[in-house]
Amino acid sequence: MSFDDAYEALTDHADDSRWAYGTGFADPLAGVDTAVPDGADRAELAAYCLMLGDDALIMSHRLQQWVTRLPELEDELAIANIALDLLGQARLLFARAAEVEGAGRDEDAYAFLRAEGEFRNVRLTERADADFAHLVARLLAFATWRLALLDRLTASADPVLAAVAAKGVKEVTYHRDYAAQWVVRLGDGTGLSHERMQAATDAVTPLLAELFVPHETELRLVRAGVAVDPAATREEFDDVWARVLAAATLRPFPPAASAGEAPAEAGPEAGPAGGLEAGADGGLDGGLGAGPARGLDGGLGAGPAGGLGAGLGAGLGAGLGAGADAGAGGRHGVHTAAMAEILAELQGVARSVPGGVW
Amino acid sequence: MNDEQTFADTIAKDQRVEPRDWMPEAYRRTMIRQVAQHAHSEIIGMQPEGEWITRAPSLRRKAILLAKVQDEAGHGLYLYSAAETLGADRGDLTRRLIEGRQKYSSIFNYPTLSFADVGVIGWLVDGAAICNQVPLCRSSYGPYGRAMIRICKEESFHQRQGYELLMTMMGGTPAQREMVQDAVDRWWWPSLMMFGPPDDQSPNSAQSMAWKIKRHSNDELRQRFVDMSVPQAEALGVTLPDPELSWNAERGHYDFGTPDWDELKRVISGDGPCNAQRIAHRRKADEDGAWVREAAAAHAARKAGTRS
Repeated sequence: MSFDDAYEALTDHADDSRWAYGTGFADPLAGVDTAVPDGADRAELAAYCLMLGDDALIMSHRLQQWVTRLPELEDELAIANIALDLLGQARLLFARAAEVEGAGRDEDAYAFLRAEGEFRNVRLTERADADFAHLVARLLAFATWRLALLDRLTASADPVLAAVAAKGVKEVTYHRDYAAQWVVRLGDGTGLSHERMQAATDAVTPLLAELFVPHETELRLVRAGVAVDPAATREEFDDVWARVLAAATLRPFPPAASAGEAPAEAGPEAGPAGGLEAGADGGLDGGLGAGPARGLDGGLGAGPAGGLGAGLGAGLGAGLGAGADAGAGGRHGVHTAAMAEILAELQGVARSVPGGVW
Repeated sequence: MNDEQTFADTIAKDQRVEPRDWMPEAYRRTMIRQVAQHAHSEIIGMQPEGEWITRAPSLRRKAILLAKVQDEAGHGLYLYSAAETLGADRGDLTRRLIEGRQKYSSIFNYPTLSFADVGVIGWLVDGAAICNQVPLCRSSYGPYGRAMIRICKEESFHQRQGYELLMTMMGGTPAQREMVQDAVDRWWWPSLMMFGPPDDQSPNSAQSMAWKIKRHSNDELRQRFVDMSVPQAEALGVTLPDPELSWNAERGHYDFGTPDWDELKRVISGDGPCNAQRIAHRRKADEDGAWVREAAAAHAARKAGTRS
């Protein structure tokens, strides 16, 4: 049979590239205009690529740790797929950083040879997941935020970032949909799953504030038309988060955060019945999958959910404001204790073989 | 023609038996066992290599390995589906696996000690799997044969990736070359054992050959694997750990030493280096996921209720 030939072809080295995933090219940015846009500082553009690349790399690492441990085979395929997408995004962003930086570093130098303080990922990506509910809560938060970022980044003055974002939007739309479907299933599943899903979204909430605090580099690149101000993604994030959690019959943020704020209390009473029915029933099935932001508008119930989302968004904002400590987050190289464990695992083999080629 | 004659006729004409066709109960049981054990092997086989995804020393190798382990999950899914066409249930088969009532390929009970093992598993273990599986593309049971066609294509891709990793490492530092040789030394004999016991000690073979769910004998396939692997080892620059290995011009094949069949028996009967670890890992994933599956079922039932 023809497969025997494939076996025998092993010692034929004519064309290695077609055999190894993701290796059929020498230059990953081939075909894309690679000029640095006017008004953008090269070092800052490189730093920005590393921020977005590190988010993807570290989130992917946490997802990789779930492989062989998931509840169903379908989830093994999905989580591996999402981890691969994010790894691919990291590699493209590192390639851009390397090119703009021009210091002879490559993707592996960024991944394996930097110290913890040089990583610029947000701390949400570092967190270890206590259970599957924590995984999907964190993935929902990450994908919702990243989709809002990438959607806006498709208009970047940097042609490479715009191209990477355009590819990423398609991928992360699926990631968000996958996570949202699970948050709804678990929130609206059994008593136990509801409890665990609620604990998981509560646990993720304190990590959200950091996502919307811009680094000074980002702000300067925003002015050059290159970067997206993460603060601008807040409204979309709050809206999606509130809608998904409402469809999942979950409180959108922990009780403590609502202490002083009226909207928090008003939210669940204002329109859960209408909002939840519409959401749980028709909404998420067709809605989240369709595309960023637009899909949600069409998908999740119109009137009640919209009102609910706005109300909860305001409450969420108030709750988050208290916990935000701008200037001391992952974008500045300040990480949680989990980051050291991640880097030990990520970098250990690469560092143990000096001069190794892989 | 009665059912039995139709079945015999289908086999004789090398046609496929399909899920709705009549088949002898023993054929059905044998097929379920064969397909389930293959599915279990794919799923357990995710573990030894999966351990290296987070530690892969380059991003390119990380992507390749992650994609490979994902393929294995996909193969498992196909194969459990093929078993379900015979009336089996995926959840039940998983329980049989974690309770030790069904086997999986004994090769996965050996540990992966360095990143070179990822390459050697691709080259030798996937290579042996291909030798075993290519003939199964012609299995008399239709859904299994068709699943095997796609699986074999992906396996040969994995094998090539493994070999390419080893080639790259052999061009690296002396420490890397040592890693490769060490991994070859550890995996060569277990790979030969993947073809099963010698023909004169293989109890189920005769019936399986008659039903055309097995096409070549264990020893034939093993010889074929050795003949293919020797020139590849030479091209790679590694030695195979068998002093008896030599070309026999008269036979037109390589002569080789006898695998340690007692070791194979020990590993199959549960006493290999990693048997307990592999099953414990699979059992924990299954148990940890139970509340998630229950929640999904409860949610689906509630939605179905609302809609009706």
